[in-house]
Amino acid sequence: MKIVRELADSAGDFTAAVGGVTLFLGRLLGQIPAALLRPSLIVAQVHNTGALSLVIIMTCALFVGAVLGLLGYDTLLRFGSEDALGTVGALGLVKELGPVVTALLYAGRAGTALASELGLMRATDQLTAIEMMAVDPMRRVVAPRFIGGVIAMPLLTVVFIAIGIFGVQLVGVQNFGVDSASFWSQMRASVELNDIAEGVIKGCVFGLACNLIAVYEGYNAIPTAEGVGRATTRTVVISAVLTLMLDYMITAVML
Amino acid sequence: MVSAVSTDVSSAQPAAASESLIEIRDVHYSVGGRSIFSGLNLSIPRGRITALMGPSGTGKTTLLRLVTGQIKPTRGEILFDGINVSTLKTRELYALRRRMGMLFQNGALLTDMSVFENVAFPLREHTDLPECLIRNIVLTKLQAVGLRGAAQLMPAELSGGMNRRVALARTMATDPEVLIYDEPFTGLDPISMGMIVRLVRHMNAALGITSIVVSHDVHELSGLSDTSYIIAGGKVAAAGKLNELKGHQSEIVNQFLNGLPDGPVPFHYPAADYQQQLLADSE
Repeated sequence: MKIVRELADSAGDFTAAVGGVTLFLGRLLGQIPAALLRPSLIVAQVHNTGALSLVIIMTCALFVGAVLGLLGYDTLLRFGSEDALGTVGALGLVKELGPVVTALLYAGRAGTALASELGLMRATDQLTAIEMMAVDPMRRVVAPRFIGGVIAMPLLTVVFIAIGIFGVQLVGVQNFGVDSASFWSQMRASVELNDIAEGVIKGCVFGLACNLIAVYEGYNAIPTAEGVGRATTRTVVISAVLTLMLDYMITAVML
Repeated sequence: MVSAVSTDVSSAQPAAASESLIEIRDVHYSVGGRSIFSGLNLSIPRGRITALMGPSGTGKTTLLRLVTGQIKPTRGEILFDGINVSTLKTRELYALRRRMGMLFQNGALLTDMSVFENVAFPLREHTDLPECLIRNIVLTKLQAVGLRGAAQLMPAELSGGMNRRVALARTMATDPEVLIYDEPFTGLDPISMGMIVRLVRHMNAALGITSIVVSHDVHELSGLSDTSYIIAGGKVAAAGKLNELKGHQSEIVNQFLNGLPDGPVPFHYPAADYQQQLLADSE
């Protein structure tokens, strides 16, 4: 009986959380047209979430690409088809690794920054003060951050993919001596527009999901140090799980 | 239950109903099954300084949140200039809030903006004034609180007193009709406290605005407020001029005004019998 009750409670909590996020999204979407009229606020947030994440994204992309180059070369060598390393690396990065790893890194860097910033604004009465100045914090604070993050994510994904391919090339061509012409020509011949579209769609969807979770958790954080910490942790955990779930769904649909 | 100096709350109200800017009528509010207010009645007169006092946890800040429409009462009416705050839609509420200004206990300055930008914030949000005019208004407000020279500092570089003075300048930027101060003296040194007291008095007298001050500081408020309400047990326990409430017959009012450590508000939080608990624990 106890287990049934706990399951029922958990189901109730989950439903309430989904309802809360949905209502929040509705309010947020309602404020987006007004927020778009002030592009300077959005540009500042693209800088905060995107430009300031560039170093970590580029560094990680280089190493992910390099590892992909090492493992790809080792595997392909067994079949005598190491020239296909460009294709394997590019498809892996464009369709899967680029969007997913970017989303996970984004959640850890920019997502937590967004959630903790909003949570601290809540804890220090800044959001209430904005409301008391007859300004809707959803319009002035949350919507620009959400839009800025949603714009930044696909851009970061593209940067990740480009640097990742460079990493594959660095290991495959420069280190193992894979023929450069074969590397690039096979890549260009095999990677189709649909593959790129899949990567871009994933980047956009993950951007929406990660940023929604970050601003929701931050905005609704319990106004204490513990509450802000919990909101930050939840942002990373939920964003990561949601990213991988959405990744599976999009991949299944676009196969 | 109001007694002593004024045995009836209404008789202690310094102004006729028409002269009241804010009327709180039979307000009930409870949260999580705990009753905060049970039939609260009071009125805030126009153009005066009204103090809201009471022991910790009696709901003074909750009352401010009710007045500003951040929360809604379970029952009763809160009238701001005849408008029932709790029935307003969001847009109407925001329109009403443009007539109010609230100074938070911690200042609540926006930490990613300079002092200048903080004071300019409501002007940029609500007006299309040219930049030169915004600059002049901001500098005027900062001059009024004595911080024109700190315009380019960030909130993290300000002391507690400076922080609150900047917040006051920001609150004044749009010239509200009523200024609400939530614990404005907490944590300030005597010099900063003196500055804030002077500013509250000056703003009220010079601009003719209505001021509501929530504070525990009996000494400062006795020289500042025109009317005081002491809230306890979910109702107004006493109302009138603070100096005249000193000999109040209500035990809780006496305990509060004289700073007694024990009384209706007990020193000990309710607990099981001490001796029994010690013996039970040792067993």
